[in-house]
Amino acid sequence: MGASLTRAAQWTTASSGTGKLEITPINESLLKEILSFVEQFSSRHPQEAKHVFKEPLQWSTTLVASDFKTDYDISGPTVQSQEKDSEGHPLLQLSPPTIFARSFSQLSKLVQLANDKKLKEVRACLEENRDPVVKILGPSFATVLEGEDNFVLRLVDKVKQEDQAADSALKVKLFFLLQHLDNQLLSNSLKKISQEVRLSPAAVKNEVELLKHFCSEGEKRVLKSVRYTSDYEFSNGCRTPPWRQVHGDICYLVIEPCDTETLYITCSTAGVFLNGGIKQEGEENAYERTSEMHKDLVTLLKSRSPHFAENINKQDFAVQEELPSTKKVQHVESVDAEEQGQPQRSYEHQEKNVHERARQQHTPNKPGGKTKLEPSPRWKSPGLMSPYDGTEEKKHRMGSGKEKSGKIQKKMLRSDSKKKADFSVSSSPGRQSSQKTKTPVGVMLAEAFSESSSESEEDEEQPERRPESNTDLPSEYWQIQKLVRYLKRGNQTATVLVLCAMRDFNLVQETCQLAIRDEGGLEVLLNLLDTKEIRCKIGSLKILREISNNSQMRRAIADLCGLQSMVKSLDSLVKDLKALAAETIANVAKFRRARRTIRQYGGIMRLVKLLDIPDLATPTAEQERDVEVARCGVLALWSCSKSTRNKEAIRKAGGIPLLGRLLKLPHENMLIPVVGTLQECASERSCRIAIQTEGMIKDLVKTLSCDNQELQMHCASAIFKCAEDKQTRDLVRQYEGLQPLVLLLNKVDNKQLLAATTGAIWKCSISMENVAKFQEYNVLEILVNLLTGQPEEVLVNVVGALGECAQIPANRAIIRRCGGIQPLVNLLTRTNQALLVNVTKAVGACATEKDNMEIIDRLDGVRLLWSLLKNPNVDVQSSAAWAICPCLENTKDAGEMLFYFVGGLELIVNLLKSTNKEVLASVCAVIAKIAKDEDNLAVITDHGVVPMLAKLTNTTDDRLRRHLAEAIAHCCMWGSNRASFGEAGAVAPLVRYLKSTDSSIHQATAHALLQLSKEPNNCITMHQNGVVKLLLGMMGSADEMFQEAAADCVFNIRRLALANDKASYGYPP
Amino acid sequence: MSALNKKLTQTLAETISKQVKHFNKRETECLIRLCNGLLGDQTLPGRAVSGLDRARFMDMLHNSFGMTDVMMMDRVFHTFDKDSDGYISVKEWIEGLSVFLRGTLDEKIKYCFAVYDLNSDGYISREEMLQMLNDSMIREPTEEDPDEGIKDLVEITFKRMDYDHDGRLSYADFERAVREENLLLEAFGSCLPDAESTLVFEEQAFKDPPGQ
Repeated sequence: MGASLTRAAQWTTASSGTGKLEITPINESLLKEILSFVEQFSSRHPQEAKHVFKEPLQWSTTLVASDFKTDYDISGPTVQSQEKDSEGHPLLQLSPPTIFARSFSQLSKLVQLANDKKLKEVRACLEENRDPVVKILGPSFATVLEGEDNFVLRLVDKVKQEDQAADSALKVKLFFLLQHLDNQLLSNSLKKISQEVRLSPAAVKNEVELLKHFCSEGEKRVLKSVRYTSDYEFSNGCRTPPWRQVHGDICYLVIEPCDTETLYITCSTAGVFLNGGIKQEGEENAYERTSEMHKDLVTLLKSRSPHFAENINKQDFAVQEELPSTKKVQHVESVDAEEQGQPQRSYEHQEKNVHERARQQHTPNKPGGKTKLEPSPRWKSPGLMSPYDGTEEKKHRMGSGKEKSGKIQKKMLRSDSKKKADFSVSSSPGRQSSQKTKTPVGVMLAEAFSESSSESEEDEEQPERRPESNTDLPSEYWQIQKLVRYLKRGNQTATVLVLCAMRDFNLVQETCQLAIRDEGGLEVLLNLLDTKEIRCKIGSLKILREISNNSQMRRAIADLCGLQSMVKSLDSLVKDLKALAAETIANVAKFRRARRTIRQYGGIMRLVKLLDIPDLATPTAEQERDVEVARCGVLALWSCSKSTRNKEAIRKAGGIPLLGRLLKLPHENMLIPVVGTLQECASERSCRIAIQTEGMIKDLVKTLSCDNQELQMHCASAIFKCAEDKQTRDLVRQYEGLQPLVLLLNKVDNKQLLAATTGAIWKCSISMENVAKFQEYNVLEILVNLLTGQPEEVLVNVVGALGECAQIPANRAIIRRCGGIQPLVNLLTRTNQALLVNVTKAVGACATEKDNMEIIDRLDGVRLLWSLLKNPNVDVQSSAAWAICPCLENTKDAGEMLFYFVGGLELIVNLLKSTNKEVLASVCAVIAKIAKDEDNLAVITDHGVVPMLAKLTNTTDDRLRRHLAEAIAHCCMWGSNRASFGEAGAVAPLVRYLKSTDSSIHQATAHALLQLSKEPNNCITMHQNGVVKLLLGMMGSADEMFQEAAADCVFNIRRLALANDKASYGYPP
Repeated sequence: MSALNKKLTQTLAETISKQVKHFNKRETECLIRLCNGLLGDQTLPGRAVSGLDRARFMDMLHNSFGMTDVMMMDRVFHTFDKDSDGYISVKEWIEGLSVFLRGTLDEKIKYCFAVYDLNSDGYISREEMLQMLNDSMIREPTEEDPDEGIKDLVEITFKRMDYDHDGRLSYADFERAVREENLLLEAFGSCLPDAESTLVFEEQAFKDPPGQ
């Protein structure tokens, strides 16, 4: 309640002493809400209602003794309630005109007594008790309220400190009730406020101008006249005397409608209303409101003048014409596969925001749906500050006024570093704002205020933004353009001086950059690179290096073939020049096309050459400069290495060993780009091998222990990528890199670092030796803690690592003991596919333990896994199916459970239509498990599992063959399935499986054949396909089960043959 | 005679190389020989050798270092010619080249300032600057004042470099400006050789003299 009273309620502005609540719709609804809260309080919360206030609420009431009935002791004008507190003081006391109330029950009764004076009473009460919560609960609660975030905790503390146990619960409850009311009130009034629009002088001005257009003679006439009461406009756009401006009044208007009497209107920030009749300046006492508030002039006029309402919509608005929208066309280049994931659109987004902001300044004032206050085409005409109306007015105005507008004009022209301020200034005097905020110039300028940000990666073309008129450009723009012209005319001495002068400007500012480009400066700067003048080249590159932080400039440089010149500069003898060229290339190569150009012009090779510096323990000054050149070279390679082909080019140019050498240098500013580049390159297998064979893992591991988080992040990320290879994983362990990785897990605040670290741990844990090592450092416990509250890129890796660790039985129990099962199962509901693949794998690994399975079962994990079979991603499908297998194995009543998965069995059978081998193999494995339950086997048979399995038998994929054979073996157990398999032609291909070299397939196949051989027709087929010879060979296997299956199968075939013989020749068996 | 000459050269080289920073004795010897070569018929035995005159020196600057700006070449001559006798003696020649070819940044700043300080009063004035930059920009005949561009550039540069705002560039101003932005070393005209021609010059000058 406190918050809504101080923030939402509208108090009269002249707040001397006790303020008054204004009579506004918002306040009215506020009061009504509070009233109903109080009224219902004692019936809803009888306990809390009896709570005695810390201090009484007191106010001057209009109630008199006669208003009170039973339950009150009335003596003369004073009244006391019969309800008393523990010390015998009455809870309500009236000693006219003041009333004291000390509990909600009394307040409730009071408002009931007050009847039609209810609202008045509530209002008086609130006006005189500005902080009711404090009085009700004591001042300590007010301080509790201030820190909003963990106030509950402090609240509990507070209550404990100062209260007896019995009382405290009540107090807290009461507090929450009040708090709740407060929230409700706030949100309600917010809704109202958001409907109401605060007017600005600019908006009013616009609307008045619009209305003036309607005053023309003739048929279309809607109004007779519209005029201001004052011709003088203050610099803030108001036309009211200053002492009225504090009340929010913007201007007074006199409008003559065609059909009714003249309207005297006040436009204030709160809205538009009729006043007491202000005809001209200085008429006191007419300021008060005589009508209700309207949101703008048009709605007010519509309500007052039927003629206006009728005709306004028929107007043929010349003024309505929309500006050609400044939509931008995006040219999206086709991008390299690896880049698609990471286009950062912040830049564009920012621009959109600016645009929208500019729009927002305008839109709220649009009257109704149809009439739009869009600037007329005339308004756009460049160079005119006040192109519409007002010219006459200006003449009449005093000299000072003229001067002022001139000043504004000047100010706008040279809005330099203080642009932000100037912009807001210039937008307030309504006159310019309309055209400024709307036209692209405005947008462009607004854009220029925020210094153009550099982005790490962009792959879409930036929109072209060119100012339409030159009026509003700051002085730098012209100064730089002048310098560019000098640049074109000067000899080398002058050129260098001009370049130096240019560098004195803030080239990060987009205005400056645009100035250079618009005057053709980029061409000149790039041409300088092709001259022989070293100093000119250096000067030019110093500028290019700055401005190439802007994506638009980058593109322009690339379009002008600037990269070619820069690449050539890399051959120079002058070290400074090489370093600058490389640095600029590093900036420009932020987009794909540039990176390609660099490669095509031999840039990668040259850049790699820069890295070739002698290995020195104590470099001389000259060698330090070599190191600097190398650093810039690496920076450029880092940018370039974001394209796949460039990674390969770097490797081919021999860059990896050179990077490896730089990796041993102690300079941190060198190491970050070096490791960054390595990390980028490591996504290519060939580069990974090079990194490993060059012995860099050792250095990477060593660098992991530095104290720069960015560097650590790149290191971990490089290990993450390299540890795909087993040898690397072993190397990381051998160089004792596992422990530093585990230590990095503590840096939970740096999410990028955490993602890279967990990734490295994940990949390293693919090797079981590493897992054992990790367990020494209690990694599982840490990882389980990271399962909650982390971003997905971290979660993917954490879960991946857990999945790998859980391959060791002991770890499964540890995961359970640390409470890891539940968060893992919870993650099954996510949508990130990479995450789901890893989560299913981890859950599947955990499910191989009976105790874990119990928990998974309890959390309904199997159902969640099952629903992931519907995921469109095949990896998720197969991974989920694999995870289901151990679940079915270890759940007690798996069959029964499945029976209740509506449509679940049909779903899995239908997955046999998949074309993905892994999905098929996993689904076959699941089917083999399902088929162990007879009822379920019956169901899947009905769903046509037999022909579908049979259709798959021709596969050559060994993994699939094995699980398929298993599934067939188990599916034989129902009805006439054996015969059906034979009819579907599954037998002959199965026999061929025995020729495979994989013994696990033989085993499964032998079981399947055994089952199938119980059907005579199948025996014939098997025999025809030469199964006997194959099986006989396998009977010598060491595995007894396998031996037996093979032997039984041969037995079945043999028995059939004997029976056959017996039937034909009558032989005894 | 030749032997005597050689002997003389060697002793001279010995003494000078001890006084000049960047050349060893052999290099000094080579440079002396080069100087003698440039002097040509000027070196007659028995006549006092006053040194290279202006024309020969400027020829050398043009031929070896590709300098073209007559004004700058003249200023370089004056800077080499420390005693202002109109000739560059062997010693001045070697001292000058020491900075010219191999000077440190400090030495080069001093040298350049001396070159640009036209009247050697220890300051570079606006007028001097304008004089040096006079031909550095193509005049735009369409403009009211064709010199406006150059004046403007001088003004901008002057403002940038005159840190103490006393209306003239002192050595301290110049030094500070150059240290902040190395490109300003040769701000008012090129008076130092570029890396490439330095390399070529040294290669030629220091190769073993024929006959040894």
